[in-house]
Amino acid sequence: MATGVLTSDGIPLKVKLKRAERRTKLKALGLVVPLFIFILFSFVAPIGNLLLSSVYDPSIKTLLPNTVASLDQWDGEGIPDEYAFAALVQDLKTAQKDEKVALLGKRLNYEISAIRSKIQSAARKIEKLEQGPYKQTVLDMEPALGTRHFWTLLKRSGSSFTPHYLLNTIDMRINQDGKVEAMPQDRSIYIGIYGRTLLISLTVTLATLLLGYPVAWLIANLPTRSASLLLIFVLLPFWTSLLVRTTAWFVLLQDNGIINDALIAMGLTEEPLKLIFSRFGTIIAMTHIQLPFTLLPIYSVMKTISPTYMRAARSLGAGPVYAFTRIYMPQTLPGVAAGCLLTFILSLGYYITPALVGGPTDQMISGVIADSMNRDLNWGKASALGAVLLMATVILYLVYDRLVGIDKMKLG
Amino acid sequence: MSLPIHATPTERLFYWGVRIFSAIVLLFLIAPILVIMPLSFNPEPYFSYPLSGISLRWYHEFFFSERWLTTMKNSMIIAVATTILATFLGTLASLGLTMTRIPGRTFIMSILISPLIVPVIISAVGMFFFFARMGLTSTFLGIILAHTVLATPFVIITVTATLQGFDRSLLRAGASMGANPTEVFFKIMLPLIMPGVISGGLFAFVTSFDEVVVVLFLASPEQRTLPRQMFSGIREIISPTITAAATVLTILSTAMLVSLEFLRRRNERLRGIRS
Amino acid sequence: MRKTYLAAACFAGLFAATTAQAAEINILSGGGAYQASQKEAYFKPFEKETGIKVIEDEYNFELAKIKAEVDSGDVKSDVYDLDAPTVLQACAEGIIQKIDYAKLGLDKSKFIGADRFDCGVPTILYAYVFAYDTSKMPQGPATVADVFDLAKFPGKRALQKSPIANLEWALIADGVARQDVYKVLGTPEGVDRAFKKLDTIKSEVVWWEAGAQPPQLLADGQVAITSAWNGRIFNAIKTDNKPFKIIWDHQGLDWDIWAMPKGAKNQEAAEKFIAFASSAERQADQTNYISYGPANMDAVAKINPAVLPDLPTSPDNMATSWELDPTFWSDNGDELRERFSAWLAQ
Repeated sequence: MATGVLTSDGIPLKVKLKRAERRTKLKALGLVVPLFIFILFSFVAPIGNLLLSSVYDPSIKTLLPNTVASLDQWDGEGIPDEYAFAALVQDLKTAQKDEKVALLGKRLNYEISAIRSKIQSAARKIEKLEQGPYKQTVLDMEPALGTRHFWTLLKRSGSSFTPHYLLNTIDMRINQDGKVEAMPQDRSIYIGIYGRTLLISLTVTLATLLLGYPVAWLIANLPTRSASLLLIFVLLPFWTSLLVRTTAWFVLLQDNGIINDALIAMGLTEEPLKLIFSRFGTIIAMTHIQLPFTLLPIYSVMKTISPTYMRAARSLGAGPVYAFTRIYMPQTLPGVAAGCLLTFILSLGYYITPALVGGPTDQMISGVIADSMNRDLNWGKASALGAVLLMATVILYLVYDRLVGIDKMKLG
Repeated sequence: MSLPIHATPTERLFYWGVRIFSAIVLLFLIAPILVIMPLSFNPEPYFSYPLSGISLRWYHEFFFSERWLTTMKNSMIIAVATTILATFLGTLASLGLTMTRIPGRTFIMSILISPLIVPVIISAVGMFFFFARMGLTSTFLGIILAHTVLATPFVIITVTATLQGFDRSLLRAGASMGANPTEVFFKIMLPLIMPGVISGGLFAFVTSFDEVVVVLFLASPEQRTLPRQMFSGIREIISPTITAAATVLTILSTAMLVSLEFLRRRNERLRGIRS
Repeated sequence: MRKTYLAAACFAGLFAATTAQAAEINILSGGGAYQASQKEAYFKPFEKETGIKVIEDEYNFELAKIKAEVDSGDVKSDVYDLDAPTVLQACAEGIIQKIDYAKLGLDKSKFIGADRFDCGVPTILYAYVFAYDTSKMPQGPATVADVFDLAKFPGKRALQKSPIANLEWALIADGVARQDVYKVLGTPEGVDRAFKKLDTIKSEVVWWEAGAQPPQLLADGQVAITSAWNGRIFNAIKTDNKPFKIIWDHQGLDWDIWAMPKGAKNQEAAEKFIAFASSAERQADQTNYISYGPANMDAVAKINPAVLPDLPTSPDNMATSWELDPTFWSDNGDELRERFSAWLAQ
């Protein structure tokens, strides 16, 4: 106390400073909080909810509560006895009354093919059943309700968590004995789509790097005036609406569009090439859209590299190629990493461009998510595919953060 | 950076090689956008040259048809509301983030920036599920909230960058001369960071005005936006009106680019950075 | 501060716009020439007769959004024009209402396919057909088997990027009788057989997704033969004077259906509208604007004889057609779509 400096109101300076600091911190926090809460509510919660619904699906348990509960006493051998069938009859009667059978059929159909209409017709007949024993009656009525696959599925549904959707997205399924197995070849599609998404993203990243690197070098090494002019060529497309650029490629790539007309006029081809709705069209349009994203970070790194290093290397006897590859290029690597990672991450999530310019075999993972959502109304599958894509993105994002730092993300 | 007279043949080749290559790449970047502009004056419903004449047919369709006009209006409403909300929230947060070292800053920052990195389709699907429960799908409010999420990272990045170059001693100078905190903020700080705030706002506006994936998922026909209409224009109707729309939008984005560049220079001048 | 007021005013304006309500009805349909024909035959006369304002809009059968609206209780539209698989799906999900024909004052037995749909009133039948350009092929294909015969009719084919109708046609081209198509397609061997037949033309196929594409592909000469919805080809012939010809052989009949969401805000007007639009007179009138067949069988007698041969429901055309089985597709659609995607990617 004796050594402490006091302020005019008798409080030690240290304490007062600390208080002031805490007040500033609170004030700073107070400024951040509104946005933080907003993002939590409108973004983090929806994404969390999405991840949850890729594994959480209580629909079978909700629609057949008694049946699922009764299976606690089933040892999993063969098919269960009368008690389970009695419960099933009771549940189906309720479901029929509440018009929920179709919903149940849809859900069961995800895991057991063509059971939808069988369960619906069974429910209609069961409605008229007066008294038991039910097992044999139900089996005679609809053999599909006597399969092990059906009953093991119901037993698994005792838990509201299901691995079905995630397994489905890696072309696996759970068979009638509850074991995980690979989908039959002719129904395996998702691994192929991931592969395609990766391949397209890699190709686009590589293409933007090859095209962007020399241009970035040139702009970084030109006098300011000409450099600014050339930068406009890069920035204008960057600022132009994605849809405008996709429209442009859609128009250019038509069978009787400008590119084909030019090729035919030059005598390079007789018949128009198949450019629109093709892999080539998708990649070229995506490369066009992503090029500024790869180029600009490389450019900003190159701008900071002093020309003296190259001069030093040259004066010490290094040839131009040696000096460039051994002295200059390593210094540009942070920019290359930043640009390429950014383009790769963004490419993975492409939806609009492949949907409009690509053909049926060029749809990327986002397109499949959209279809499961809107057309199939299979929200579990959409969520599971989304979860996989999100994982991939987050991992790459962490790498990006380590290499570049999100604080240093620049725009324009 | 001209070619020295003593250049070796390899250097000469390299010099010209890079220039020609770059010219081709820059042409590749800019040509597609320019090439479709004249097509919007094509009197015929085709996407090919040569033009058989000059006509404003597609512009007429764009500016005078009920459908395109409504989408334009919707886009404007959504983008303006998004800009106001995103700029307000984003600027506040940036002020807080740069004021002092707050605990967990990196974590907070990653959360706030994450909408930029998460693929839009995931945000859109996630928001759809979540908003559906609250009855926010098929409403303007829902889309504005979603767009604000996507736009705030841009505001944060631009405004934080401006604030990092901001000389805080100016605030103390103001305070020591008797200005109260409100006056300090509105009379000293705000005018100086205004260019950053405005460019953040511009980014927010463009983000919303261009956005189509979220709209595809959240909007009912009542909230159809311009990009959404262009999407159907390509996918379902295949009408050259989209080339007119594209031309108008390109002119708009050029204007944006010019104003941003102007703001950047002004900002540098204000902060005494000379280049 | 001023900005906040502006924003508030902006929001207030938005809400005001949605709350003002007179006697009106919101209808969503598929757009294009089809919706234009509905406007002439149904919307305008309905407004005139009842004074109820029709607010129409276009959509792409995005069921997810309708489901979200119904689940949240804030339903924006009162009547939908839906396609058959979507009606079944929406009905199963409990999104749309069961139809009580008596309450609507309609006779269920008069509507083609009404038994197939609990939750909607069939309005038109359209046909999946093949068509070709007579200026390029004067002696074009006459049967579905011809379409699958690359030796006899070389050139590209455009097919819809969907297993629906394509698998059925593949079996028909392979010699399956049309009444047995779904029986065969219901077995794994039948599915293999259909894909094997499609394999024979796969290299020559261009896939289309939007209904506007087939006439365009044909007009541009990108394909020799295309599958299409009959109305689109008919329009290209009638309004754009294209030398196209429809092959009326084994065309697949499919429906468009009126449906009402659960929780429709203008329930009474919606019912009134569906009853109005299902009358024989109105349905017969629609054929003056588009070549789709009225679902109300009584309408046939009132149709202009000049347009009758172009309608999928004309007696001659009905005789060569098969009906798409929506139940089959709702049972097996997921699996066959997956298989189709896998097959495409091969």
